[in-house]
Amino acid sequence: MVIAGTKKSPISKLNSKTGISSLIIFVILLLAWIAGFSSRLFAVIRFESIIHEFDPWFNYRATAYMVKNGFYNFLNWFDERAWYPLGRIVGGTVYPGLMLTSGSIHYVLHLLHINVHIRDICVFLAPVFSGLTAISTYFLTKELWSAGAGLFAACFIAIVPGYISRSVAGSYDNEGIAIFALQFTYYLWIKSVKTGSIFWAVAAALSYFYMVSAWGGYVFIINLIPLHVFVLLLMGRYSNKLFVSYTTFYILGLILSMQIPFVGFQPIRTSEHMAAGGVFALMFAVCFLKHLQSVTSKSEFKSLVIFGTLIAASVVFLAVVLLTYAGYIAPWSGRFYSLWDTGYAKIHIPIIASVSEHQPTTWFSFFFDLHILVSTFPAGLWYCIKNINDERVFVVLYALSAVYFAGVMVRLMLTLTPVVCILSGIAFSNLIEFYLREDDNGRVEESEEEEHGTPSKRLYDKAGRVPKMKHEQQKESESSNAIGANLRSIVSVVVLLLLMLFAVHCTWVTSNAYSSPSVVLASYGADGSRQILDDFREGYYWLSQNTDDSARVMSWWDYGYQIAGMANRTTLVDNNTWNNSHIALVGKAMSSNETAAYEIMTMLDVDYVLVIFGGVIGYSGDDINKFLWMVRIAEGEHPKDIKESDYFTEQGEFRVDAEGSPTLLNCLMYKLSYYRFGELKLDYRSPAGFDRTRNAVIGNKDFQLTYLEEAYTTEHWLVRIYRVKKKDEFNRPRIPVAGRVVKSPNFVSKKSTKRKKGTIKNKPVVVKGKRTSVNQ
Amino acid sequence: MAKIGTVISKFYNEYISKTPKKLKVIDAYLLYILLSGIVQFVYCLLVGTFPFNSFLSGFICCVSSFVLAVCLRLQVNPENKVHFAGITPERAYADFVFAHLVLHLVVMNFIG
Repeated sequence: MVIAGTKKSPISKLNSKTGISSLIIFVILLLAWIAGFSSRLFAVIRFESIIHEFDPWFNYRATAYMVKNGFYNFLNWFDERAWYPLGRIVGGTVYPGLMLTSGSIHYVLHLLHINVHIRDICVFLAPVFSGLTAISTYFLTKELWSAGAGLFAACFIAIVPGYISRSVAGSYDNEGIAIFALQFTYYLWIKSVKTGSIFWAVAAALSYFYMVSAWGGYVFIINLIPLHVFVLLLMGRYSNKLFVSYTTFYILGLILSMQIPFVGFQPIRTSEHMAAGGVFALMFAVCFLKHLQSVTSKSEFKSLVIFGTLIAASVVFLAVVLLTYAGYIAPWSGRFYSLWDTGYAKIHIPIIASVSEHQPTTWFSFFFDLHILVSTFPAGLWYCIKNINDERVFVVLYALSAVYFAGVMVRLMLTLTPVVCILSGIAFSNLIEFYLREDDNGRVEESEEEEHGTPSKRLYDKAGRVPKMKHEQQKESESSNAIGANLRSIVSVVVLLLLMLFAVHCTWVTSNAYSSPSVVLASYGADGSRQILDDFREGYYWLSQNTDDSARVMSWWDYGYQIAGMANRTTLVDNNTWNNSHIALVGKAMSSNETAAYEIMTMLDVDYVLVIFGGVIGYSGDDINKFLWMVRIAEGEHPKDIKESDYFTEQGEFRVDAEGSPTLLNCLMYKLSYYRFGELKLDYRSPAGFDRTRNAVIGNKDFQLTYLEEAYTTEHWLVRIYRVKKKDEFNRPRIPVAGRVVKSPNFVSKKSTKRKKGTIKNKPVVVKGKRTSVNQ
Repeated sequence: MAKIGTVISKFYNEYISKTPKKLKVIDAYLLYILLSGIVQFVYCLLVGTFPFNSFLSGFICCVSSFVLAVCLRLQVNPENKVHFAGITPERAYADFVFAHLVLHLVVMNFIG
């Protein structure tokens, strides 16, 4: 647009105009980067520079290992401290892109003698990459529509909560860099479709390689791009450019993606990747046919085409079916079935369904994460469909598929967010262009309309992002609009207000919902004062200081990565849920009674058991609330021993008070959570043993633990650690007196070889001796 | 069927007479790549896929060389000049070399 506008003007004017517009673009992108970066810092300012949540702890641990031991040792790393006694091959089961990125940043900075701790790099990686995401979104939107729309989109994605939720400082996860890789790959792909150049296609393949190394979501790219090509074929938009870009991208992307150890031979073995291969073959067939068409006459061509397509289609179809049956191509994995059938995971794979981010999205969270963008992006979609061309087909498909996936799973909101930003950028850009164009013409008569259309758009764009600037901008726009129709001024003011509300909403959501590290909790007192609850780290620190280095800690899998990362102790299960039966075994231990659990725990060599208990402070994400999932997962593997219905009351309720089911009140998890809780009076109004999370007085108050003993409980009882007793440490209460007598004759008979006299009379003394040993 | 036979013979004659020499060289290269790919595939069928990554890297190397050569042929074909506006034949050859650089680095890494 800028070029179109400046074509007629003299060269000097052109230079200054392009100079100014590129300066504006540069400044706005820089501001978007800074705004995006700083709005992600709430967590660091409120708490400290700390790694958040669960998965980031593993990523951090792996990165630290890589920095310490080198890349090749990292690839060969066998972690014997996870999944005891199985261990985990980390190098082959991880997407190494994230660790490599921060590791190489660390390396470069240390070459320059900037001695940054690797933890700080990990904490600030995602905010820094959000700026790169904004820039690549700008380029993508610029290719799709115009530079103005690109600036809108860049500013939107810099602050939109749907993306911030995965990229706040400290949330050191794959998604943080993967969204950048996703956008950049799409940009290069669009570029290569537009130019038909091998160079851009190779660049797209390299960017795709980075994406594969970073996140499992690369499957989205390798299905969306073939879909784009396929739809273009169906629309009769085949061109040689498309052939060049797709075939080059596919074949290079294929071999590049197989370089990641975790991906391995999947791209040629699993059904998720087969569509891309099919489209690749199809492209060759179409290209061949087009070539024939160009050299032969029409009637000859027709007979050839019919003959050729029939043969080609049947050969491809038969080959895929046969290979699938023969077992060369794996059928679709469970995670992908759960994308089509939302009920699938709940029935077949409870471990996937148990994760909250795999639940279907509610309407509320669409608005919460996207605010006005959710209502404006259909407008952008409509504009794209109305003025369709090759690359806009892509964005339309991207939008439709992403909307579907976001509806299925909360987590996939993340893939929807960028396209929503792009399309809303297009919508807003069009709106403002339409309502300000004539007005600009009237004010500056000698200049072209487009010329001024873009800079003014950019000003608004900037204003939409930085709330403080808005009032000034608004006044300006009002005064200038006063020349034009009232309607124009009203519309632009309304649009500006909407954008302002959007910025306010984004800041509010980021500060309130997405900036909690969840390792450190904060509670607000009645007077607004803030209390930091640091129980998690307190508990983990206790473990690291007071237990043996090789001690094995059993906990539910959510806390596996944190125990490994913070306490540096061996765990049984962790957030890499690769072995369902092992998790089910831990779930069975947690949900059976103490005796049965003790057998499992001795079988697994457990030394300590860690449970999270939120009843004292009203923390709702604790183990009792997750307990039903443990039961379900355990039931999936051990249906004879564990039955979900046993844990409900007869009315089908899950309650922990006196009316709860006896199985629940006597299971290990219940006892470990509520041990000694019956004695605790939280405040003078509530009775003793009142659980604040579930608002109930617990049902089983007065009990003793036989096989475990309390080792440590943190300040607010959030983390409770129990030591599993060795076999000689507890007096076996269930052995009847008669049983003990059986033992003593053996003992007696031994002694009787030496001294026959008085052995039977001394029998009580022997028992006493046993008791004193227990007391020790 | 007879019709197809005449079509093919006509196609062959036109190819011989009309195609520029440069493209014929590329076509010969394409044929060579195709044959070597087929040889590898047959070998793998006969002997087995034991070092699977080696087979894959060899085979994919053939396929991608073929693909890149086809792309090059499309780009330097004077008939297609309209479609590839910004791409001169020199640019096309440079892109071709760049793509091969990337490809062979990866193949060498993968071949084990």
